[in-house]
Amino acid sequence: MGLLSDPNRRRALISLLTRLNAPICVVCYMAGVAWFMGLAFEPFTLRTYMSENAMGSTMVEERFPAGERALGTGREFSAHKKKAGGMPVDWLVKTMQSRGLEVFTQRFSRRLPFPDEDKERYMVKGTNVYGILRAPRAPRTEALVLSAPCSPGDDNNQAVGVLLGLAQYFRNQVFWAKDIIFLVNEHDLIGMQAWLEGYHHTNTTGMDWSPLQGRGGSIQAALSLELSSDVVTSLDLVLEGLNGQLPNLDLANLFYAFCQKIGVLCTTQGKLQRNDWDSVSGYSHAVQTMMLMVMKQASGRPWGDHGLFLRYHIEAATIKGINSFRQYKTDATTIGRLLEGMYRKLNNLLERLHQSYFFYLMPSLSHFVSIGYYMPAFGLLALILLLRMSSPGVLSVLTPLVISHLTGVALYTLPIHFQEIAVEHFPVSETEAVVLTAIAVYTAGLALPHNTHRLLTGRGTENGWKVLKLVAVLYLAVLLGCTALINFSLGFILALTLVPVAAFVTPDVPKALSAFIMVILSPACTLLFSVFLFQELQEMPVSFLDGWMLYLSVISQGILDHALYGSLVYPLVALLVYPCWLLFWNILFWK
Amino acid sequence: MAAPLTLLLLVAVTVRAALYRSSLADLISERVEVVSPLTAWKRVVEGLALLDLGVSPYSGDVFHETPLIIYLFHFLVDYAEITFMLADVITAVALYLSVKDYNKQVFRKQKYALEADRYPLDCLELIRSPKEMQYIPLKVAMFYLLNPFTILSCVAKSTCGLNNAVIALFVLSTIKGNVLLSAIFLSLATYQSIYPLTLCAAALLYLLQRQYIPVNLRRFSFWWFVAQYAFMYLGSLFVIVGLSFFLLGSWDFLPSVYGFILSVPDLTPNIGLFWYFFAEMFEHFRLFFLCVFQINVFFYTVPLSIKLKEHPVFLIFMQLAVISIFKSYPTVGDIAASFIKHHKASSASSLNIFLVSCVLLACSALFPVLWHLWIYAGSANSNFYYAITLLFNVAQILLVSDYFYAFLRREHHLSHGLYLKRKDGSEATLVLK
Repeated sequence: MGLLSDPNRRRALISLLTRLNAPICVVCYMAGVAWFMGLAFEPFTLRTYMSENAMGSTMVEERFPAGERALGTGREFSAHKKKAGGMPVDWLVKTMQSRGLEVFTQRFSRRLPFPDEDKERYMVKGTNVYGILRAPRAPRTEALVLSAPCSPGDDNNQAVGVLLGLAQYFRNQVFWAKDIIFLVNEHDLIGMQAWLEGYHHTNTTGMDWSPLQGRGGSIQAALSLELSSDVVTSLDLVLEGLNGQLPNLDLANLFYAFCQKIGVLCTTQGKLQRNDWDSVSGYSHAVQTMMLMVMKQASGRPWGDHGLFLRYHIEAATIKGINSFRQYKTDATTIGRLLEGMYRKLNNLLERLHQSYFFYLMPSLSHFVSIGYYMPAFGLLALILLLRMSSPGVLSVLTPLVISHLTGVALYTLPIHFQEIAVEHFPVSETEAVVLTAIAVYTAGLALPHNTHRLLTGRGTENGWKVLKLVAVLYLAVLLGCTALINFSLGFILALTLVPVAAFVTPDVPKALSAFIMVILSPACTLLFSVFLFQELQEMPVSFLDGWMLYLSVISQGILDHALYGSLVYPLVALLVYPCWLLFWNILFWK
Repeated sequence: MAAPLTLLLLVAVTVRAALYRSSLADLISERVEVVSPLTAWKRVVEGLALLDLGVSPYSGDVFHETPLIIYLFHFLVDYAEITFMLADVITAVALYLSVKDYNKQVFRKQKYALEADRYPLDCLELIRSPKEMQYIPLKVAMFYLLNPFTILSCVAKSTCGLNNAVIALFVLSTIKGNVLLSAIFLSLATYQSIYPLTLCAAALLYLLQRQYIPVNLRRFSFWWFVAQYAFMYLGSLFVIVGLSFFLLGSWDFLPSVYGFILSVPDLTPNIGLFWYFFAEMFEHFRLFFLCVFQINVFFYTVPLSIKLKEHPVFLIFMQLAVISIFKSYPTVGDIAASFIKHHKASSASSLNIFLVSCVLLACSALFPVLWHLWIYAGSANSNFYYAITLLFNVAQILLVSDYFYAFLRREHHLSHGLYLKRKDGSEATLVLK
C-alpha cells in the first residue's frame, strides 16, 4: 500500500503526472503506433513451429493418384449444376453414395431482414448435401470435416470435384480413426450456418432448417476448399473467422509445413512471402500483409466458409486456389496429396488443437506475432486514457449519458425497422434505405441539442464537463479493453482513432477545427478510410465514387452479418462506441 | 423525506419490472456471477417440484437453501417476482431508517463532545453538520436500490435478496436498540447462511454501548447482558431449526445446507476465491485448506472488534464487507450489500477509493468477456477467469482497507487536531503502517 497511501510519495507522483500529462500522452501514443508498426519487422517475430506433438512425428507418404478424375467429376458437377439451376442434389447424393459414403441432406430457408445487394438474395432457400465416411476401426466419437461451397456460376466446381475424388480415395484406406464428413453447402455462409446449427442442436439466429438425419462425433477440425481452376499457381490460407476469432495457429503451421514438403507456393492474404526483410520494400510488404489481416479481423466477418466453425470451438481454415501468371503450375493431384497429408495428420490428434496460440497476427505464413507481443501496443494507447482521468466528482451527468445511449439504440434498431416507410417515401431500394437510415441517424446524433442539462439543473455546469469527461474516458477505457480481448484488431483500430479524441477534447479548444478533427476520427469516417486502405493494400485501388459505393455495401453487409450469423461488430459500434464518441462531442460543445 | 424515498422506490421497482419482462431475465439468471449453487432460482424451483412429489427436496445434490425458504415459496411461487422486489424494497427502507436513526445518535454524541470541549479547535471542519447529512439516508437507499449488482441479483431471482433483507432488518433493529428483535433477525440471518454469526460481536458492542454498560470483562452487568443476548440468539436459532425439522420431517437439511456451505463440494466458477484452489488441490490436503479458508472468514472479527469497539456500527459494515469477500459462494448481491459503507465514511483519500472503484468497474466488465472466451471461444482457460476474480477481490479488499484507513484518520484528527505536529513542532503526516 506504500505507493498509494504514503502521502509524500503520492504527492510527488501526482505532481509529476499533472505537470507532464500532455507530453506523456503524446509519447505514449507515438510509442503505441511505433510498436504496432514494428511488429511486422522480421527480427521481432517468431518463426512458426508445430506445437502439437501428435501432429509432428508421423511420417506420411501421400499417394492420392486421381487428380484428373477429380477434375472430370468437377466438370460433371458443373453441368448438373447448370441443368438444376442451383444445387444438383440428386446427382450429388447418387455420386456420394456410389463412393461408399452415408449421404444425408438438409433443407434450410431464411428471409433476410433486407435484400443483400452484393450477393443478390433476399429469400434464401437451399439444401446442404453431406456424406459421412465412417471410421473403419475406431468408435465414432470424433469427426473431421472437408467442405466445398456450391457457388452459382462457374466457381468452385473443381473444389467439389477434388472433394469427391478424395472421398473415393479415403474410402479405400483403413487407418482413419475419425469419421470424415464431406459437406457441400449451398448459399455459402447461410448454408454453413444452417448445417452447424443443425449439427450442434442450437438455434441462435432464427433460421429454418430441417434436422440432420445423420451425424458423426464431435468435430475436431474442418477445412473448406475453394478451387475454381484446373491448375493453380499458389494456395492461399484464410484464417479470419466470425467476430475476429482465429483458429489455433497449429492449423496454419500444418498447412505451411505441408506446402513446404510438397513444394506448393503458399500465401496468406494473397501476398507471397519475401525474403528481403531488411530492405524497405520487404518490410513494407510484411506490414501490408499484417495490416490486411488486421483489417479483416477487425471487420468481424467470416472471410471463408470456415469462419462459422470457430464459434463451436472447432479449428477451421479455408484453402483457396489462386491461378495467376506464374510459370510453375500445380495440378489437382498435388492439391489432393496436400489435403490427404493434412487429414492424415489431423487424424492422429488425441485431443483438440490447443497447444499453440489462439491470438496472433501473421505478417507472413512463416512468421507470427503472439498476443504477448502485440498487446503492449494497445496497452500504451489505453494508458493515455488512464492518465487523463482526473477530478473525481459526483455523477450528475445522467442527461448526456442517457441521450447518447438512446441515440445509439436508435442507430441499432431504426435502420431495419424503418425500411418499409423509407421505401414508400423515397425512391430507394430496401438495402439503400437501411444504409442511408443508418447514416442519417448517425449524422442526426451530431446535431442533437445537448444543452438540455443546463435547463434541467440550472446551476453549476461550468465544471460539469469535467465529470462527464471522466465518466466518458473511463467508459472508453473499459470498452476498448474488453473489445481488444475478444477482437484485438478491432480494439486497436478503434483505440488508434478514439484515444486522441478522448484525451484532448475540452470545451476550450477551437471549436471549428476540433469539430472537423473529431468527425474525421469518428467511427464512421474510420470505416470509410479503412475501406480505401483495404483496397490499396490489396493492390486494387478504387476511385472515390466506387469507394463510396463499397462503403455503403460494407455497412449493409455489417448489419446483415449481425442478423444472420451473430457478428458483434455492428451492435458494438452502434450501442457502445458511438454513444461514447457522442459523449466527447457533447463535451466539445458544452459551452 | 417520504416523498423522495417513495419516488426512489417507484423508480427501482419500475426498472426491475421492466427487466423481468424483457428477454434479458433468462440470460441473467444463468450467469455464474449473479447466482451460485446456494442461491439459484432454478434450484428453488427444482426443490419445490421435489417437495410436491413428496420426496425430500434435499435428495440429490440440487437444492441447498433452507427449509423455511422452500416453504415460503411453496405459497409464493406464483408471486416470486413481487417477493424479490419487495425484499429489495424492505432492504432499502430498513437501511434508510437505520441510517437516519444512526445519524441522530451521531449528532447527539457530537453535541455532547462539543459542549464538553473535547474536540481540538482546528478540526471543526471535520464535524458533520445536520445539513450535509440530511440526504445521506436517501443516498444510501438509492445506492443500494439502483446499484446494477442489486438489480441483476433481483432480476435473476437469486435468494441473496432475501438474505440481504434479513440482514438489513437486523441492522435496523440493532440500531433502534431492540435487543429481542436484533437477536431474532440475527439468528434468521445465521440460519440462512452461517457467516452472519460474526455480526454477533458487533451487535453486542452496539447494544452494550446503547445501554451504557461498559465493556469490562470483570463486571457482572457485562456478562449478564451477554448471557441474555446469547440466550435470545441461540434460543431463536434452535426454535427456527426445530421448526424446520418439524416442517420437513427429517434432519437431512443440516448436511445439505450447512454441510454444503462449510465443506464446499460444488466447484462451479463464481466470483469467490474458493473454486479454483479446491479444483486443483490434492485430496489429502483438502480438509486443511478448507479449515484455513473458513477460519479466514471468521477470524477478522476479533481484531476488528478490538479496534472498533467504540464504533460498532462501522464494525457491522466492515464485517459485512469481509463476509462478502471471503464467503464460500459469493455473488454480486453480497457485494452490493457490502457497498453500503460508501456513504458512511468521510471523503478523505477519495483518490484511492476512486482508483479502486475504477478497477472494480473494469473487472465487472471483464467477467462476462473472459467467461465467453473461456467457455464459448475456447481461446482462454480458467486461469484467465480466476485472474479477474482475484483482481476483483483484491480491489474489494483494498476498498475495505481504504475506508477503514479513512475512518481511523478521521477519528485520529478528531482527537488530536487536523494539523499534526511532531514533538519539535514540525509538520507531521499520518502514515498507515
